[in-house]
Amino acid sequence: MTTQTIEPRMELEQNLHMYRQMAKIRAFEEQVNELYKGAKMPGLAHLYVGEEGVAVGVCEALRRDDFITSTHRGHGHCLAKGASVNRMFAELLGKEPGYCRGKGGSMHIADPETGNLGANAIVGGSAGIATGAALSAKMRGSGQVAACFFGDGALGQGVLYEVMNMASLWKLPVIYVCENNLYGEYTPCGETIAGEILARARAFGIHAESVDGQDVQLVNATMKRLVERARRGEGPAFLECKTYRYYGHHVGDVNREYRTKEEEREWMTGHDPLHTLASRLTAHGLADESVFERIRTDVQAEIDSGVQFALAAPYPEPSEVDEDVYA
Amino acid sequence: MPDAVRELTYGEAVREAIAEEMRRDPRVFVIGEDVAEAGHPFKTLVGLVQEFGTERIIDTPISEPGYAGIGVGAAMTGMRPIVDVMFGDFITLTMDQMVNQAAKVHYMSGGKLKVPIVFRTTLGATRRSAAQHSQSLQAWVSHVPGLKVALPSSPYEAKGLMKTAIRDDSPVVIFEDKMMYRVKGPVPAEDYTIPFGVADVKRAGTDVTIVATSSMVQVALGAATMLEKIGISAEVIDPRTTAPLDKQALIDSAKKTSRAIVVDEGYERYGVTAELASVIAEGAFYHLDAPVKRIGAMDVPVPFSPVLEDLTVPSEKMVFEAAKALCGKA
Repeated sequence: MTTQTIEPRMELEQNLHMYRQMAKIRAFEEQVNELYKGAKMPGLAHLYVGEEGVAVGVCEALRRDDFITSTHRGHGHCLAKGASVNRMFAELLGKEPGYCRGKGGSMHIADPETGNLGANAIVGGSAGIATGAALSAKMRGSGQVAACFFGDGALGQGVLYEVMNMASLWKLPVIYVCENNLYGEYTPCGETIAGEILARARAFGIHAESVDGQDVQLVNATMKRLVERARRGEGPAFLECKTYRYYGHHVGDVNREYRTKEEEREWMTGHDPLHTLASRLTAHGLADESVFERIRTDVQAEIDSGVQFALAAPYPEPSEVDEDVYA
Repeated sequence: MPDAVRELTYGEAVREAIAEEMRRDPRVFVIGEDVAEAGHPFKTLVGLVQEFGTERIIDTPISEPGYAGIGVGAAMTGMRPIVDVMFGDFITLTMDQMVNQAAKVHYMSGGKLKVPIVFRTTLGATRRSAAQHSQSLQAWVSHVPGLKVALPSSPYEAKGLMKTAIRDDSPVVIFEDKMMYRVKGPVPAEDYTIPFGVADVKRAGTDVTIVATSSMVQVALGAATMLEKIGISAEVIDPRTTAPLDKQALIDSAKKTSRAIVVDEGYERYGVTAELASVIAEGAFYHLDAPVKRIGAMDVPVPFSPVLEDLTVPSEKMVFEAAKALCGKA
């Protein structure tokens, strides 16, 4: 793990933007949980609360036309890449104005306009897609890169290693972003991961780093280096972001007997990504609590209006059920 | 008509289709095992790397799920890959990429993303290759909404269906009959495509309809010749694609002849023959003089010993006997 206590010198505006993006994801997810508890959302959702620093740090290092692939815990990635709150909520409720016109739902939000090739409900299922997008970018000479988000659970999927091997052989512009939140569903990663995570990537000759995923500035600065490297044609990279999901595997996983309350408290109070950034900017005299409070208020208004939009939006017409099976 | 008499082997027809499409569209490329310098173990791609280079004829490690997934991602982002899966048996390894990814992306994204990809693979037994290199698994993918499935039965179809597959904006799985690669037949030199979902009447007849796919078309035609000698007129229909399926052509023929046999080299159990038979039974029930007869591969893993293997595949004689029985001449 990178332990350098660097203080990435970024513009205040950029830091406040990252804070806003993280706050938006958190408020969005808290609202999703309310929709679930109020029985207003069909199915389940896997909340990203606690991991906001990873999605925002990574996506803020990307161009709008760069690609991402996401996971079952994907709302944060989609929002961080530029998705609108209104259409996100609409999709989660299965409504017509949703990103997938209600056909995808929580685990399949895709938005080509922001380079989002889709969340994926097969663990590790988008590793091939992200690597293929990188091959495509290289073949087309577009200068785009692809960021492939996956969790520690996907480290158990063989296809990930197959595509990392090819990405290294062909020097593809893809960054494998491993969100290590310590649990694959309900199982601690210590029971499922042998050896060293970074060694797996390095075995393929892939540049690999590990960072504190709760430090959005560090994630962003590291990702920027990896992206520039990839754009220069120097090949793929692997970035492990150590993070933590505050909620359970999904909204229905409320007891979380597989981990301790002490552990949860430690992460939430000592390693919260929003608090970490806010307190650092405050300590440097660059902003004060009123700035962050105003951002949170603004963001909450956007969330409130978005959920109202989605609740009022129409469902798809029944005639749409067999549309778009084929292109 | 010099073009009409030009003959190519089935394998040459495949290669010509791919080469023509690669010249026409710079987005088309080939990715798979041993496709470049080796020209593919079945020699179907010989010469392509010399013309198009290793940037567009891409050799991969032996990683079917990985390069299939890479194909899906490339297809979603502006390219038109042909993913080569050497043996049909290996689609078991690429299933997640075909079934959960390629087939679903367009629908799940509300129609915004497209996956113009061709999975090129093989079917067919009797090559003495035993149980893991001899299966005909077209039923597996024909089952999945979002995938199209093409089964060329001659060099003419091998070229025309491949070109249609490459130009299609949806994922297509095309099964080539590996026993036919050296079989010659007329193939026009000019550009042509064969529309999906349009069956072809390979032989007109009046007494019994034989619907046959891929490798079984020649078997059906052989049986029809035998039947003619005993006064039975058989109509042989090749659906050419199982998805989309030209249901009406099958139903119309069965209505005309009142009897139908369906033949496919996949396992009979839950197979392509089951679907085709049910289409005919539902659509032509009141016109049928006998239940629809299904003939597929025997429901056993394909055995190695030639003596055993030959027993598992539908033969001309089996189709002939079935038709005789249907026509009351057994």
